[in-house]
Amino acid sequence: MKITTPLTDEVIEKLKAGDKVTITGTIYVGRDSAHKRMIETLDKGGALPFDPQGQIIYYMGPAPAKPGQPIGSAGPTTSYRMDPYAPRLLAEGLKGMIGKGNRSQPVRQAMRKYKAVYFAVVGGAAALIAKRIKSAQVIAYENLGPEALRRLEVEDFPAIVVNDIYGGDAYEEGKARYARTA
Amino acid sequence: MREIGYQEIVDTVARLSMGANYYLGQDLLAALRRAKEQEESPLGREVLDQILENAQVAAEERMPLCQDTGMTVVYLELGQEAHLVGGGLTEAVNEGVRRGYEEGYLRKSVTERPFSARINTKDNTPAVIHTEIVPGDRLKITVLPKGGGSENMSYLKMLSPAAGRQGVIDFVVESVDRSGANPCPPTIVGVGVGGTVDKAMDLAKRSLLREVGAPSPDPEVVELERDILEAVNRLGIGPMGFGGRVTALAVHIETFPCHIASLPVAVNLQCHSARHKSAVL
Repeated sequence: MKITTPLTDEVIEKLKAGDKVTITGTIYVGRDSAHKRMIETLDKGGALPFDPQGQIIYYMGPAPAKPGQPIGSAGPTTSYRMDPYAPRLLAEGLKGMIGKGNRSQPVRQAMRKYKAVYFAVVGGAAALIAKRIKSAQVIAYENLGPEALRRLEVEDFPAIVVNDIYGGDAYEEGKARYARTA
Repeated sequence: MREIGYQEIVDTVARLSMGANYYLGQDLLAALRRAKEQEESPLGREVLDQILENAQVAAEERMPLCQDTGMTVVYLELGQEAHLVGGGLTEAVNEGVRRGYEEGYLRKSVTERPFSARINTKDNTPAVIHTEIVPGDRLKITVLPKGGGSENMSYLKMLSPAAGRQGVIDFVVESVDRSGANPCPPTIVGVGVGGTVDKAMDLAKRSLLREVGAPSPDPEVVELERDILEAVNRLGIGPMGFGGRVTALAVHIETFPCHIASLPVAVNLQCHSARHKSAVL
């Protein structure tokens, strides 16, 4: 299924755990330190560096771009480290998260409550993933280096729905299908 | 006495840092291709295809295999008859890392003040350096860039000797199960059994330098590796955790004698992008 950003409820309602999608449009990039700063900003009553309504955040810290390239290798980082921050951003209107690895129960509950999805991309396929990124721009927290907040334009960026709004979880379902007893 | 120059060490560490991050070893590529044949899950096979294609793109374009180019772990085996000239050994290694990560467009992933400000050191130093003095007059340098995602999936338990072989199996399998998709499976499961706490983890990490799937020289350990690998691959986690047969490519176990009261077991998982390169000066 091809999807474009920003995400609407109508699209989110169609997505089921295990679905393969390609994403086209603008996505935002932030990981550990950028999340910490965003939440500190919200706590102080400030505004986020971008409007999260309908947007997707990709948990990633890229390798430096070589001359003439928009970005270096750009695969996902492990998502659970953003779990303490994610429900707050979902409450602010964020509709999608991209990373790898499973999410906590509070995050999964918040995804159902605010109608948001969690996608995974193949970790360690970072050179390949970079090919789907057409442009990249640092939009805030530049001094965090690889952890700065970025805006990307992506085209046919391949992802898999891990958690949908119906409680589905592609990791649990996949594991149950292939687990064997001795 | 044979002399080894500071600049030679710097150049070698820089070259190995780049090479390790661009090129997977033939042993690993062969293991990934075997995994594809064994994998029953269609999505699992697709993931393995992407991993193999990524390795090709990275090598052709000299691009990092993974954006996480790791904290740089460096193993040095220094011949006791070699004489280092022109500068300090630690400085040479860190200068090599600094240069390799800058010139190679590798990500700087090291942060100081770990529990507070977490300020990026901006050159990926300091490296974690292990130095051993060995016979001879050569210097062997091994660079292992270790990504944070798999490094975070590390476990240590001081078992009671009564727990024995089954206790080791249970702890390792439970560790892999608990880690799920986080360490980027299919992994290499590095295990250290014996020694002291620090020695056990050192063994677990050093086991990752072994050729993928090459058995231990100790037949008793070979059997344990095989039994744990079978149990791990029954878990169903599969490539990148989407379900499948191949959760681990190999289990590598290194052992060391331990105290009569102890049975330390350390687990250090290595993602499928199992990168390391060596050179001898």
